Amino acid sequence: MNDTLVLQTEGLTKAFGGLSIFKGVDFALRAGERHAVIGPNGAGKSTFVHLVSGLLLPTAGTVRLMGRDVTRATPQQRVRAGLGRTFQINTLFPSLTPLEAVVLALCERDDVTAPSLHALFRRSELLDEAAALLERFGLAAEARRQTLLLAYGQQRVLEMALAMAQKPKVLLLDEPAAGLTTAQGHALFEQLSSLAGDTSVLFIEHDMALVFGYAQRVTVLGGGALLAQGTPDEIRADPVVRKAYLGH
Amino acid sequence: MSPHHRFFADQARWSGWEIAFWLAWLVAFFLPNANLALLTQILVWGLFAVSMDLLLGYRGLASFGQAAFFGIGAYAAGVLGKLGWTEPVSGLVISAVVAGLAGMAAGRVVRGLHGVALLMVTLGLNSLLYDFVQRSTELTGGDDGLPGVTIAPVLGLFRFDMAGRTGYLYTLLCCFVVMLLLRALLHSPFGLALRGARDNARRMQMLGAPIDRDLTLVMGLSAAVAGLAGALLTQTTQFVAPEALSFQRSADVLVILVIGGAGMLYGGFIGALAFIFLRDLFAAINPIYWYFWIGLMLVLTVSFFRRGLLPALVALKDSLRRPAGRGTTSASTQPAAEEVVR
Repeated sequence: MNDTLVLQTEGLTKAFGGLSIFKGVDFALRAGERHAVIGPNGAGKSTFVHLVSGLLLPTAGTVRLMGRDVTRATPQQRVRAGLGRTFQINTLFPSLTPLEAVVLALCERDDVTAPSLHALFRRSELLDEAAALLERFGLAAEARRQTLLLAYGQQRVLEMALAMAQKPKVLLLDEPAAGLTTAQGHALFEQLSSLAGDTSVLFIEHDMALVFGYAQRVTVLGGGALLAQGTPDEIRADPVVRKAYLGH
Repeated sequence: MSPHHRFFADQARWSGWEIAFWLAWLVAFFLPNANLALLTQILVWGLFAVSMDLLLGYRGLASFGQAAFFGIGAYAAGVLGKLGWTEPVSGLVISAVVAGLAGMAAGRVVRGLHGVALLMVTLGLNSLLYDFVQRSTELTGGDDGLPGVTIAPVLGLFRFDMAGRTGYLYTLLCCFVVMLLLRALLHSPFGLALRGARDNARRMQMLGAPIDRDLTLVMGLSAAVAGLAGALLTQTTQFVAPEALSFQRSADVLVILVIGGAGMLYGGFIGALAFIFLRDLFAAINPIYWYFWIGLMLVLTVSFFRRGLLPALVALKDSLRRPAGRGTTSASTQPAAEEVVR
């Protein structure tokens, strides 16, 4: 981790009509950092991820990615600038196999044009890269089954694999362990720890064991506003956070 | 070749059924009592339904306006023939390009629309064009159709004869070439991107995919194929009327595709075979109320073979091939019906 800021928001605000659901949040993610965003339901966590990834545009404030202002950029432009994300609810390609989905992700990343996939694989390493990625995420045995036939946990892992296929510099994970057992959640985060490399990771998570076990810094949101920011120890000790979120 | 590479290679490989399909059309030409005019119509409708399949089956977009592009191609070929550009192959290409450009323009209009909104806008565009063709009597001949369309012999050698022999082979060859190209395209990264956007446009956005550009391209491609089918109809009959771009035609092509099976490339041809043969049969029974039976067929097909006739045939073939008692597929094997969808 170093002090270079890879993702930064200033005064980020989102309002629908007169109703502000996200209020002037300043946030910074450092290079190589693993940063958790926590908060009770309705705190604005998913809104924050949508604002950063471009699926929602802010009413006010700025988003900078790798030092570049991307506040008005499309999701695709942000992806091209180094952003990757997963979704709270599996957002996959049900009729494609994991192999096809990862090949698709790699083709989009590399802007591949080829008369056929068959010809493409003969002249590039793309298929080997897809196979290696699926192997690393433990999906090799399921690589050629349709995604809709995979177990839920495998689909969660595929969400992660698709995001990682893009080699993002900043990875946003919206409740990656949602719906998984505690053991599966820990396994997923361990997998991520070993594979993330120098990717900066911002993740939303409800499981405090995962948050405090994995994050280097924690941001706490409440009612669409920033409540606190700090190291896991600082957050644990923060009386405002304890009262508003941890309940004691 | 690795198993992964073989997986993709197998998808692109010609199956025995596919080869038999094309050979059957060729054999039909030599049958003594074959109704070549009817078979040509089936090929034209089949190709038109394939154009719809590109949108609905491979990109997940339903349209009530596909006949607009069929009509543009049909009228382009007709106007060219009337103005003296009688060479058929170049006329066909020009008509497809004109329809394709119109499709790309429509693609920009419908960008971001889904479901009912998309159906209504495509229906609206179809209606606008239909009225324009009816009113532009000097250019199109209005209600009476375009008279005086002349088409020269194919390659300067084969005249379009009354028995429809040249027309049939010409249409068959064009369909084959178009299907070769589409087949290759659908097994390319672009084809994979189309299926990805059909399954989940939001995920495609977050892969950085240019889904709007791809939508414009596929609309253009689909319209070009529809236009080519329309031009084939004009060239083989040497006539074109506003019916070519009627709403009824847009509805019929959807019916044909749903009966045949969307997302399977050949479903359009299977649907056209069933639809046109049965239409002729039912019209012989009752020339006015034949659509009653088509409606019944649609209800029964969708009720019993939800995905259409071709997937049902593939599933039947699969179950016949599988020995009794081995009813399950292995973990790494796709159901055959799904494989054909690719």
